Amino acid sequence: MDHGHETVSELQLRVDPVACDAFGYCAELLPELVTLDEWGYPIVSDRAVPPALLELARRAVAECPRRALSLEVRQRAVKPKRVRLASSRR
Amino acid sequence: MTTTTTTTTATLRDTSRLLAVADNGGGPDLDTHLQVHGPAPQLTRAAERDAVSDALSRCGLTGRGGAGFATARKVDLLARQRHRPLLLVNAMEGEPASAKDRVLLERSPHLVLDGAQVAASLVRASRIVLCVPAEHGGAAHAAHVALAERARRHLDPVRMELAAPPARYAAGEESALADWVAGGSGLPTFRPDKGQPMTVRRSPVLVQNAETLAHVALVARHGDGWFRSVGLPEAAGTTLVTVAGAVERPGVMEVELGTPVGRILDWAGLPGPPGGVLLGGYGGAWIDGSDLDVPFAPAALRQRGAAVGAGVIGVLSAGACGVAETARLVAYLADESAGQCGPCMFGLPAVAEDLDRLAVGAADPALLERLRRRLEVIPGRGACGLPDGAVRLAQSALRVFGSDVANHARRRPCPGWAHGPTFPTPGVRRMSLWTTGTRR
Repeated sequence: MDHGHETVSELQLRVDPVACDAFGYCAELLPELVTLDEWGYPIVSDRAVPPALLELARRAVAECPRRALSLEVRQRAVKPKRVRLASSRR
Repeated sequence: MTTTTTTTTATLRDTSRLLAVADNGGGPDLDTHLQVHGPAPQLTRAAERDAVSDALSRCGLTGRGGAGFATARKVDLLARQRHRPLLLVNAMEGEPASAKDRVLLERSPHLVLDGAQVAASLVRASRIVLCVPAEHGGAAHAAHVALAERARRHLDPVRMELAAPPARYAAGEESALADWVAGGSGLPTFRPDKGQPMTVRRSPVLVQNAETLAHVALVARHGDGWFRSVGLPEAAGTTLVTVAGAVERPGVMEVELGTPVGRILDWAGLPGPPGGVLLGGYGGAWIDGSDLDVPFAPAALRQRGAAVGAGVIGVLSAGACGVAETARLVAYLADESAGQCGPCMFGLPAVAEDLDRLAVGAADPALLERLRRRLEVIPGRGACGLPDGAVRLAQSALRVFGSDVANHARRRPCPGWAHGPTFPTPGVRRMSLWTTGTRR
């Protein structure tokens, strides 16, 4: 990672487009993060799954009939500016 | 894929590197190759390999297959793997308007094979598979003859073989190629982490475009300083382009990166101001026909939403209709979809139909808005880049042919829509003739 940058781990939903067959359960369970396009295929938000939705996200992953949905860990670099802001607030 | 293309031998430039043999009238045989380029360096010692590896990093060479990824980074990643990699030489050239990899293999097969041996040494590859579709008969034949010549002289440390995967548009996409070599059906596979190498039966796979490897062969011989002596500081060297469409001498040329598009078109015989110029390939982008001063280099093209891509420079004549041409190209790409990913399988035919209706003057009032919304949601959601490329092309058409698009949307198509196709779209049915009143 870049010098002076910190990273945080967060979870993100991901669709395997080859496996997905547009059952749409994910959008039903988790409309906050998944919408469907006009052909019924999921458009998954690229923002991190917020803690409040984690349980639902896990269910959506487990209930996908095609096992096309997954929760992946991603590392995000946090800009030093934000880190300073957080520490100054303490 | 029956593009009839010839090599334009423009002798007015001293940037003949990959095509040095051909431009001097030489044949594709090994002796001529060695006379012109000299012997390939033997990379038996670690210090020699390190030197070439460093030169490759410093020269800034990027992949010439379309994605433009830094070659040295790909090689370094594969060199760090525990298992010995498999090297696939990608001469699939699925872009119907592109002929440069074919011409390169026909004219200078040994340069490609030298480069493959160099890359194989750097990553300790166990085997090299040269992938040329059987449909590209001249190139496949030249490769076959060249491999036999080298085998007779025991020239190469790494075993090479020739393979003929199916000639589909997406067959050369690297995961599709790896899948085919692994015994699969040759379809793109979903790779969530593109930073990890693909594997074929536990072997990590390095896929390099044929032209890229020819550059590698020359960097290994002459070093990075030589490579960087032409082109731009940020995009050095030469590149092969295929000039297609409405020019007097369509064909393959070697140009310095950064050469203005207009100058390249002058060499190919531009009869007059074009209606638009297609850059990269079918999954590329249109630029305005008056924007010919733009340098053919990644940064300048990116500003216009275009890219060097596979090196296609396609000229649409002023009398042709960019909307109709785009409709045909997107229909072609939709047909070439492997049908694996929903957004591509359903999205591209929908976009193609919108463009088709637009082109022939059968647009319903909601068409443009619907088309724009579709183009927004499709990208980034397929296993390979095919849908993204089709969307890029369609979006560039809406931008570049903007006023024309507005007229078409008002059911007043330009006279050019009846103009025949400029670029080959094998397999695409004739444009549907929506009679007036089919849609309210």
